[in-house]
Amino acid sequence: MLAIQNLYRSFLLPDQTRLPVLDIPHLHINSGEQVVLIGESGGGKTTLLHCIAGILTPDKGTIELDGIHITKLSEAGRDRVRAAKIGYVFQTFNLLPGFTALENVRLGMTFGTGKHNVARAINLLERVGLGDRMHHRPGALSVGQQQRVAVARALANKPRLLLADEPTANIDPSNQQKIIDLIRENCREEGIALLLVTHSMHVAGQFNRVQQLEQLNRVCQSTAADAH
Amino acid sequence: MNLFHIAWRNMQQRGLATILTMLSMALGVCMVVLVLGISWVITESFSRNSNVGYNLIVGARGGSLQLTLNAVYYLSQPVGTIPYELFLEFLPGDGRAEEIHRVGGKIEEPDRKGLYSPYMSGGFAIPVCLGDYFGRFRVVGTTPDFFEKLQYGEMNDLKYRFASGRNFKDYDAENGYFEAVLGAQCAAERKCQVGDTLKTTHGDPEGDGHGQAFKIVGILEPTGTPNDRAAFINIEGFYLMEGHARAFENPMHPDADKEDVGEGGAQLPPRLALEKRDITAILVRTGNPMFAMNMQTTVKKSEVAEAASPIFEIGNLFSNFVDPVRYALLAVTTVVCFVSAISILVSIYNSMNERRRDIAVMRALGARRDVVLFVVLLESLLIACLGGLLGWLAGHSLGAVASSMIEYRSGVRVTFVNTITYYELWLIPGLVILATIAGVVPAFVAYQTNVSKNLGA
Ligand SMILES: Nc1ncnc2c1ncn2[C@@H]1O[C@H](COP(=O)(O)OP(=O)(O)OP(=O)(O)O)[C@@H](O)[C@H]1O
Ligand SMILES: [Mg+2]
Repeated sequence: MLAIQNLYRSFLLPDQTRLPVLDIPHLHINSGEQVVLIGESGGGKTTLLHCIAGILTPDKGTIELDGIHITKLSEAGRDRVRAAKIGYVFQTFNLLPGFTALENVRLGMTFGTGKHNVARAINLLERVGLGDRMHHRPGALSVGQQQRVAVARALANKPRLLLADEPTANIDPSNQQKIIDLIRENCREEGIALLLVTHSMHVAGQFNRVQQLEQLNRVCQSTAADAH
Repeated sequence: MNLFHIAWRNMQQRGLATILTMLSMALGVCMVVLVLGISWVITESFSRNSNVGYNLIVGARGGSLQLTLNAVYYLSQPVGTIPYELFLEFLPGDGRAEEIHRVGGKIEEPDRKGLYSPYMSGGFAIPVCLGDYFGRFRVVGTTPDFFEKLQYGEMNDLKYRFASGRNFKDYDAENGYFEAVLGAQCAAERKCQVGDTLKTTHGDPEGDGHGQAFKIVGILEPTGTPNDRAAFINIEGFYLMEGHARAFENPMHPDADKEDVGEGGAQLPPRLALEKRDITAILVRTGNPMFAMNMQTTVKKSEVAEAASPIFEIGNLFSNFVDPVRYALLAVTTVVCFVSAISILVSIYNSMNERRRDIAVMRALGARRDVVLFVVLLESLLIACLGGLLGWLAGHSLGAVASSMIEYRSGVRVTFVNTITYYELWLIPGLVILATIAGVVPAFVAYQTNVSKNLGA
């Protein structure tokens, strides 16, 4: 489902030097598989997710998503793939403040080629327990409720892969588990592969496959070696 | 959810700024509509009067435009006078001889036909004397034919009708030669009724008053022509007033002029002899309109008088005076629209900083670059077009609200619909272009937004 080969990504710093962030020889995720990604802060987890989503382009290497080499696509092509195949949940939720909960979920299916299905948007909000708050704006929702809207939005376009970047980092512990359960249940039901980033060992412990970034990423290995 | 919906929500989010910029665009468009409407009213009221019911004005040599302004609109000072004898030359058939015998006077060859009578072909000629005032209104000395033979209206098919009273008579047993008829607006403003008397002042509104009083015998219905703003007196009475006879050399014996009285006036009080009479203009309508042109050339060639075609002169007046003013006003209002387009630009541009994250999120949800660009353009378009629609409605509503005042002043009936002109169609591409110019800068900011950097996490 997701196959990464020799992915290399660096950032150009203001002093014109290049900061290497990612150097991943190999990463593979199967259809419907649920993977948790853990690692040091600044290790490049968000950068990796952005590369997979086609928001960033790698300097080298290939990313194959559902049989499509997204690294070979134009920007518009990557946008199309993202709209069709990827769901994204952010640490800061990133709901649009001017839109109601339902509209935020509907935005998740607006830019793809798929059918604009309002019934599915309503159904998703009901599934995350917000059937009665559909017409509220994010400002009128609690933090936990906002993240549930964000989960519903990420699922709206029936993605093949859900990327979740620390989805519970800003949420109180009692709600954290609910969100994680919600994400995992929905992915299982719809056969969606899941790549979830977390700093919580408690959350990571619930997954069958725990991927440590330091093991994947040669950049981290070399910096760790430098430190010794 | 379509892109309109997204643009609409973005507009709502900026609430007050959206409303203010929309109102400024509404103001601009409202002004455009008003300028167009006003110039339409002016055109309409002028063109109503270009069909004055006569096709030639003959007057003293000088500017033919001034002659037209004088005779049609009662504007500007009279150019000068022409002898009454000239008027006689225009009378059709044996009209010249009949008039000489009726009024009396020492005229050479009293029995020949008028020089221009062959052109008349069943038409008519009416003399007018201008120069006196009744308050701010011009006094027109003329014959009863003015209201009997002249017609007005776009189709030139409307007869003058009296709201009260009747037309003045050449001679009335009770009032003699001193009868008057008032235009509707003149009567309303001077608060005159049938039975009241009127005294004219000489030369200008502040001039000396004439002693002679005229009995008001009729008040016209509103016509929407300059005749609403004039007082009409019997030309015979006009000549009997002090200072109105030619060769008035002897102020001590004004009645000396009235000695030469023809046989026709035997039973009636004496009239001023024909050869002592001057007139300001002759209004000529030829039975066959084609003859008017020939007549104009002949009169001009004679070098004793000017002949002007009112339709031609009014058309000229338009292209020389009214059109430039209209274009100047339109230019000013276009600038207003342009300024409000800039206010749209500034307002959206200022909001772009707060919106970068929202745009990045939309991009992360799969929106292409050109889609976020288009959403911002759409927002600018919606503001400009909704504002424009608002201004358009306001402009025409204002016209409709002021319609009774406009009709009273100009005689033009204004409704919401009839002021809509084809020119307003230009508003649509105009607004679209302005909105695009205004939207393109912030839209480009949206287009350039770096998704990865603005996502936050
Ligand atoms: N646009 C950029 N320009 C320069 N450096 C960048 C840029 N974006 C990220 N970096 C650097 O890349 C490295 C990886 O960043 P990234 O956000 O991927 O880390 P992360 O693993 O997600 O960390 P965290 O757990 O704190 O979210 C960091 O050192 C960061 O400073
Ligand atoms: Mg991160």
